[in-house]
Amino acid sequence: MNATNKSAGASIDIRKASKRYGKFVALRDLDLSIRPGEFMTLLGPSGSGKTTTLNLIAGFTEVSSGSLEIGGKSVLGLPSHKRNIGVVFQHYALFPHMSVGRNVAYPLTLRGISGAEREGKVRHALDMVKMADFAHRYPNELSGGQQQRVALARALVFDPPLLLMDEPLGALDKKLREWLQLEIKRIHRELGTTFVYVTHDQEEALVLSDRIAVFNGGQVEQIGTGRELYDNPATLFVGRFIGESTVLRGKADIVGGDTVVSIAGTKIVASGKISGQAAPVILLRPERAVLHRPGTGVVDGENRLSGIVEEAIYVGSGSKYDIRLKDGTTAVVRSPLGAPEFAIGDTAEIVFRPGDVTLLADDASADITLT
Amino acid sequence: MQLSSRIFLGLFCLLVAILLLAPTLVVIPMSFNSNKSLAFPPAGFSWQWYDNFFTNPEWLLSLRNSFMIATVVAILATTLGTLAAFGVTRAAARTGGLLRAILITPMVVPGVVLAIGIYAVYLDTGLVGTMAGFVFAHTMLAIPFVLIAVSASLEVFDRRLETAAASLGAGKLTVFRTVTLPLILPGVLSGALFAFITSFDEIIVALFITSPYLKTLPVQIYSSITRDADPTVAAVGTLLFLATSFIIVAGLLIGMRRGRT
Repeated sequence: MNATNKSAGASIDIRKASKRYGKFVALRDLDLSIRPGEFMTLLGPSGSGKTTTLNLIAGFTEVSSGSLEIGGKSVLGLPSHKRNIGVVFQHYALFPHMSVGRNVAYPLTLRGISGAEREGKVRHALDMVKMADFAHRYPNELSGGQQQRVALARALVFDPPLLLMDEPLGALDKKLREWLQLEIKRIHRELGTTFVYVTHDQEEALVLSDRIAVFNGGQVEQIGTGRELYDNPATLFVGRFIGESTVLRGKADIVGGDTVVSIAGTKIVASGKISGQAAPVILLRPERAVLHRPGTGVVDGENRLSGIVEEAIYVGSGSKYDIRLKDGTTAVVRSPLGAPEFAIGDTAEIVFRPGDVTLLADDASADITLT
Repeated sequence: MQLSSRIFLGLFCLLVAILLLAPTLVVIPMSFNSNKSLAFPPAGFSWQWYDNFFTNPEWLLSLRNSFMIATVVAILATTLGTLAAFGVTRAAARTGGLLRAILITPMVVPGVVLAIGIYAVYLDTGLVGTMAGFVFAHTMLAIPFVLIAVSASLEVFDRRLETAAASLGAGKLTVFRTVTLPLILPGVLSGALFAFITSFDEIIVALFITSPYLKTLPVQIYSSITRDADPTVAAVGTLLFLATSFIIVAGLLIGMRRGRT
């Protein structure tokens, strides 16, 4: 647990991995590479294959086909207790019949470490999660957040090159979750261990990760930093899953290299065009548009879409509006402080430049799987 | 609740308690009878039947036999029953249900029917009147009790703890020794106690497979009372009553202390 030792993390290489349970395909031909020391988050809705991937890495299940290497060595067929990987579970999984100290000492005892060396490592690990005063308590005397911190200490005390976390903060309330996110981030920075983190919460993924792998239907849709995924989503699913967005659909034509989509009778221009046969849709981020009163502030070349304000929420740093368009779509727009303000029932025009939207191939499944 | 109905309920409970306890409690005064007859109320007071029990080799030998058989049965049945409980709770729901039904049959089948079957088999195999014969038969009768007690513990046991232990570096046997067994131990111990008692006071099968040279305590009590109404049986009954009460009270006290921490 040397703070300067940044080469401690293990790499992970998954190639063409599939996992089938009878007829159900949990993973299909998954490719995923994780760099040493990276904080990688596997993000996706339930049933998208992210937890299955984590279980494969941990050795709790085996691939049906494909390869899996950790630190450059194949681990296929290697049982989980020989993989030397730390795992933190959503349900803490502390041993109720052991004190906090004995829980954390458990993996050390199994590795033949005893006496003063074990005591020192246990104390160091509990210090790291700020639980050193609780060594003699039992898990049922601790709160959820305290239990999860102990579980984190137990998973790290034996210096594993890789730490897996399966929705570790899922059972905690929002305040505690946000605080522990920062703690986890700090510990990752200190240790240089590779962290693989599973969550369905995209905000959590953005806070924590170096890179995020977005899962959908047993496959990775896109891997990238939070910024890459937000600004340049590769698929409609990724665009909708990361952050807020409005999807505009209509009959599309290519005019001089740009795409023109007709939405409720209004022609909307988006820069560029998509390849392939699928119909193009426009993805608009809430802060990329501004609201104007009808006919005011007209600038040539900007798109204007008229609608009725359905919801207006003051969020401190500005206002958030839901605008109902004529074709029934609800658009989301965030206005900064100082921008014109609107009340529910007002008519407003959503204004944005052709270059500030993303063109994506339409995919009906992106809507359904978002629930 | 009204006072009158509360009094009525209290009296009713007392009546049921008396009904349940009376046959047992009657034995205690009878054991101090100074006449050689099993009479209630007893005449006079004497320790002679206790004296007889502790000095008569026939009684002591049967007590020793029962202890030895019950101890071996408790060990065997607890081991086999615990393993069976693992199989039953961790098999697919349907297979598990079927297996459980089969494993519990010794509890459901009338004792006499079982006894006839066991006797018939033992005649052929020469197990009548042997220690091994008693141990086999009683183990079979005791396994269902262990199975029920241990699978109750296993059903509330969180299997994810085993996954966690494996991820920390524990192989299957180590997981069992350090995590699973300590957490299901209350079930295993109560199963062992049930197994011991099942064997210790078993009479039906014992009457069939006993021999003049190998009697268990219940067989000795039965033959003694049918032969000459010896009040020694009342003394034995009183001692057994005290011993079991002690075990149960101790168990409750330990349970209470555990519940507090």
